Amino acid sequence: MGCIGYCREEPLVNIHLPGKPLIILHRVTEKDAEEIVRAVAAGEVPRKLSLCRINDWDPLVGEKLLFGEGFQDVPAYAEIPYFAPQRKVVLRDAGLINPEDIDEYIAVGGYSALYKALTRMSPDDVIEEVKASGLRGRGGAGFPTGLKWGFTKKEKSSTKYIICNADEGDPGAYMNRNEMESDPHMILEGMLIGAYAIGAREGVLYIRAEYPLAIQRLEKAIGQARDYGLLGENIFGADFSFTLTIAEGAGAFVCGEETALIASIEGETGRPRPRPPFPAQKGLWGMPTNINNVETWTNIPVIINRGGAWFSKIGGERNSGTKVFSLVGEVDRVGLAEVPLSTPIRTMVYDIGNGGIEGKAIKAVQTGGPSGGCIPASLFDTPMDYEHLTAVGSIMGSGGVVVMDAGTSMVDTARFFIGFTNEESCGKCVPCREGLKHMLMILDKTLAGKATETDMQTLEELSGVIKNASLCGLGQTAPNPVLSTLRYFRDEYNTLLKKARK
Amino acid sequence: METARLNEIVESYPTPTGKILGILEQVQREDGYLQKDVLKTLAEKLEVPLSELYSIATFYSFFTLEKLGRHVVTVCMGTACHVRGAPALADTLKALLKVEEDETTQDGKFQLTTADNDFTVTSARCFGACSMAPVLRVDNKIFGYMTPERIPAVLKQFGWEEDTHQNA
Repeated sequence: MGCIGYCREEPLVNIHLPGKPLIILHRVTEKDAEEIVRAVAAGEVPRKLSLCRINDWDPLVGEKLLFGEGFQDVPAYAEIPYFAPQRKVVLRDAGLINPEDIDEYIAVGGYSALYKALTRMSPDDVIEEVKASGLRGRGGAGFPTGLKWGFTKKEKSSTKYIICNADEGDPGAYMNRNEMESDPHMILEGMLIGAYAIGAREGVLYIRAEYPLAIQRLEKAIGQARDYGLLGENIFGADFSFTLTIAEGAGAFVCGEETALIASIEGETGRPRPRPPFPAQKGLWGMPTNINNVETWTNIPVIINRGGAWFSKIGGERNSGTKVFSLVGEVDRVGLAEVPLSTPIRTMVYDIGNGGIEGKAIKAVQTGGPSGGCIPASLFDTPMDYEHLTAVGSIMGSGGVVVMDAGTSMVDTARFFIGFTNEESCGKCVPCREGLKHMLMILDKTLAGKATETDMQTLEELSGVIKNASLCGLGQTAPNPVLSTLRYFRDEYNTLLKKARK
Repeated sequence: METARLNEIVESYPTPTGKILGILEQVQREDGYLQKDVLKTLAEKLEVPLSELYSIATFYSFFTLEKLGRHVVTVCMGTACHVRGAPALADTLKALLKVEEDETTQDGKFQLTTADNDFTVTSARCFGACSMAPVLRVDNKIFGYMTPERIPAVLKQFGWEEDTHQNA
């Protein structure tokens, strides 16, 4: 079984008795096994372990699943505060099907979107549908997916590639891991539809080596799809053939950048290349290449089956669809939560997350990984979407939300991220390589109580230079944690400075 | 690594896509590190300069050129773990296993092996197990919700013995 995302309550156990609702048990231990077996043998479920019941479920691409009725005293799924504000589109099957069994994926409507695309739609129809959905890149940059596909499609080349970027490198973010581990076939299906639209015959899944289970499940999924004729020659009898290869990343944050990722697949050190030419013109092995993040691909089957118009109604203005966020750090209910884009931070942190651990006050959230910023509690009405998070000095990134309570030093947090990006800088361009090193030195000096006001000015100046002059996204966003903490938590820097004057 | 096994690994990559990194990763997994001789053999087989393999081996954090201890203890240094106390875990491990950093690294990354070669303590960027932060990994086993106090019990599962002579 995959994971439904309520990590705080793990381990979870699902029980389905014929004609009865699906029951999710929580915080189960080995000691509970006997009680569970006894209850099930008697046609019952252990009440004190029951988290919630699911009577029916809409997997969006297929027919509604009807589990059954009964066990009315167990709370319904929609009554659980952690689940209530959520909307599952990406994680539509996660925790409900066996990710290692293609038949279960097919049973919930899997590969029917591929069938529809290959038999009833032209490649242009597919691209138009994706454009109409308003789907934007879930890796963080938010570029419209349909538009991106169109660029690679219009290139005249006999060989084109598509790549799934599964090098989830943001510390504090693990939604892509769950998407791969819980429902690998939806990624394959999304890629197959994309390949058909773009005109690519080969695809590469670039996964970080730190995710062995994800790799194993995708390998299994690829094998099963091949056995069923869903990968290979003339899929569904159409004039469309496609093969998929897994390439493993080896632990370099910068490889999330698409040109660095391509260099890595080609067996080089993952250093970004200047754009243009964009991968759409000259990508893997010099051929037109389209790269999308794992989560972007997972939305495609839903868009094809339910229509772009349906999809565009979810979320906010110019921010259609949902996003899976990893809610972690000093928050009561940790886990993976999927909400419509433009949901306020407050809903995420308080309604879903239930605030701080043991009721502690929350000071800020850090979104978007090392390239993101820290957002103070006073701005928790900010909608979580591409534009609004950027406006407050952070970014959406891949969807990491790290909650920090009053005990967290924001200067130390800024130093943590600059330490990270300084180490992960590939060293190719000077502003990033040298600039971050100096920022780190100043932050260390600040934490040691030895910095002056002039140092703060230098820190801000350096941030501007690194942002404007770096070659790739890593450098262009690396100063964000410093700039946002200087903007919202300047007093914490000042307290450290005062010591220097004494 | 035996040459026959190395040949097998190389032959398991029929296309150049993901080949070089894939081969090095498999060698790293099986040998625990990248031996100089193996890299030399590979350079000839793949017809790439040894310097290029060296630059790959040192660029990506997955690879190591030094032999690791029998058990590898990895402290996750991701954001969620950092916020929930990973630095204290690292300090406790270093103290218990009596390994010292010979030089202070700016980035907080480290790789230290005990004198008896039983344990290597190292850091990782993020396991993606953020919900259980802070997290330790010993070999392939993940230990979540860690505290410095719980570390001795974890290490004992892997044959570590508390040094009682010190207090005697």
